[in-house]
Amino acid sequence: MQKRAIFGGKTLPYLLLLPQLFVVGVFFYWPASQAVWQSFLLEDAFGLNTSFVWFENYKELFADAGYYRTMLTTGVFAIMVAGLSLSLALLLAVQADKSIHGAGVYKTLLIWPYAVAPAVAGVLWIFMFQPSLGVIAHAMRNFGIDWNPLLNGNDALLLVVMASTWKQISYNFLFFLAGLQSIPRAVIEAAAIDGASRTRRFWTIILPLLSPTVFFLVVVNIVYVFFDTFGIIDAMTQGGPSKATETLVYKVFFDGRLGGNLGSSAAQSVILMVMVVALTAVQFRFIERKVAY
Amino acid sequence: MASVELTNIKKVYPGNVEAVRDVSLTVPNGSFTVLLGPSGCGKSTLLRMIAGLETITSGTCKIGERVVNEIEPAERDIAMVFQNYALYPHMSVYDNMAYGLKNRGTPKSEIEKRVREAAALLAIEDYLTRKPRALSGGQRQRVAMGRAIVREPQVFLFDEPLSNLDAKLRVTMRLEIKRLHNRLNATSIFVTHDQVEAMTLADQVVVMNAGKIEQIGAPGEVYKHPASRFVASFIGAPAMNLMPGRIAEAGSVETPGGKLPFDAKRFSASGEVEVGIRPEDIRTADGANGVPFKAELVEELGATRLLHGNFGTTPIIVAIPASGTQYESKEVRLTVDPAAVHLFDRTTGRSLAR
Repeated sequence: MQKRAIFGGKTLPYLLLLPQLFVVGVFFYWPASQAVWQSFLLEDAFGLNTSFVWFENYKELFADAGYYRTMLTTGVFAIMVAGLSLSLALLLAVQADKSIHGAGVYKTLLIWPYAVAPAVAGVLWIFMFQPSLGVIAHAMRNFGIDWNPLLNGNDALLLVVMASTWKQISYNFLFFLAGLQSIPRAVIEAAAIDGASRTRRFWTIILPLLSPTVFFLVVVNIVYVFFDTFGIIDAMTQGGPSKATETLVYKVFFDGRLGGNLGSSAAQSVILMVMVVALTAVQFRFIERKVAY
Repeated sequence: MASVELTNIKKVYPGNVEAVRDVSLTVPNGSFTVLLGPSGCGKSTLLRMIAGLETITSGTCKIGERVVNEIEPAERDIAMVFQNYALYPHMSVYDNMAYGLKNRGTPKSEIEKRVREAAALLAIEDYLTRKPRALSGGQRQRVAMGRAIVREPQVFLFDEPLSNLDAKLRVTMRLEIKRLHNRLNATSIFVTHDQVEAMTLADQVVVMNAGKIEQIGAPGEVYKHPASRFVASFIGAPAMNLMPGRIAEAGSVETPGGKLPFDAKRFSASGEVEVGIRPEDIRTADGANGVPFKAELVEELGATRLLHGNFGTTPIIVAIPASGTQYESKEVRLTVDPAAVHLFDRTTGRSLAR
């Protein structure tokens, strides 16, 4: 089969590319360049006067202790969610990969949370843990556990971590299961005959063979925590109490939309953009190198 | 090294699928036993039960003096070579071979020594640092065998190890396995559907069909004295000619092509039987004696020539040496050595040999 199309001139191929380029340009490059441009501007409090201030917004941002605090929160949040959701999903996938009765039902049920919208997931969890009306909050109070995500910052962070983890496990589970199923049975059997115990087989054979999947998921999970948890945070804590659950993305929204500081907000989104581009680049480099066994 | 003894082994899968039904078999110490049969006959299942990769529904499996039914594969002191090699893709050739020894806590110097020895034996010393994906099919199969050898197990199990190789390489590897066995003299059980592999490698061939053993014997034995119609038609290429017959008088059987004498000392038969004659046991005769035969089609194989035609009303194949005479569309006469006529029970398919 011939995969290369041959065109007579240069007009037609460019013409055919145009719709795609148009979409990418309008929906990605234009807003992105707008953000970069905005990040160099400073608006006065009434929105009457805009002046070009070069890197003033960035300087201000990096001088702000609050920004570093948000970075730290995001980092902790990302490590916890990625770590928890990856390890739990792997555990579940390893169990599901065994030939068990009702494996199909089990798998289907595990995939469901992924279909729940982030905001809905947030609302579900806050309902359960809301100190005044949540079922679980009520039960915990009866056991004498003092846990209040509305007042205690760490409690709030933990709640957001749980909700985000719960939501992401399905996705990770799917990839882990697919990864596990692509490992030839005979290889595992050979290892069993070679005297490797179940645990040793997992650490020396299964996990190394799964490492491309793990790596891919680590990157995807970090991106997820950075961006897609916005809905959960907005529905559950709005970044509070006292910014304990404020992630970088939530701060962009908070400063720009609610705080009206468009310049700083734009600068923050540019920084985020750079982070994601870096992550994606790393992922592409490694995936190309490591995936082909 | 040890013998393997299977007694009344059965394997029933969920849904009442009987993969292996009542198999008893002894593999003597140092023997090279080949399980031969068509796909789905239960030979691989049987091997996997010996390895401990499948549970045994009923019966006992003994390796040496030990009943291993409930013993983990790792503890059975066996090594297995798989059809698709089953090498660990993320490990170097050296690590692939060393893995089993490492798991058992063998000292490093000992591992090194054994891996080097096995590598030398299999001529893969130059590839020890490579990953399996950088090797050819034949080299991978060698590594898989090396992985088995370094363990110095009681029993070697081979699950169709040559069927993923191309025809030429298969012949080479077959010879190498044979040579290796002659040298190590380890008890080996080899599963294959290829009768040539079975005949050339085995000192004991176990022919299986539909979960049962049809015949156990030396390669020459199963060829010369097939115990059933199935063995007769499965072993030998081209397959044995089979036709209905009726014993009218002592020592002679009535076939569609005419009367054929048989060795009455070997067979005790009467009434309706199934007659089997190997293509290579049929001779062409010039005289007026014998059954008239016209070759409708001739296949030239170089050393031999296959004549296709009708023996009375039954289509048969005759294999003759490819000498000068052309037989196509020419009437000839065929004779059969009475000693080469096999008789089988028409209903059970068992040989009627005494």
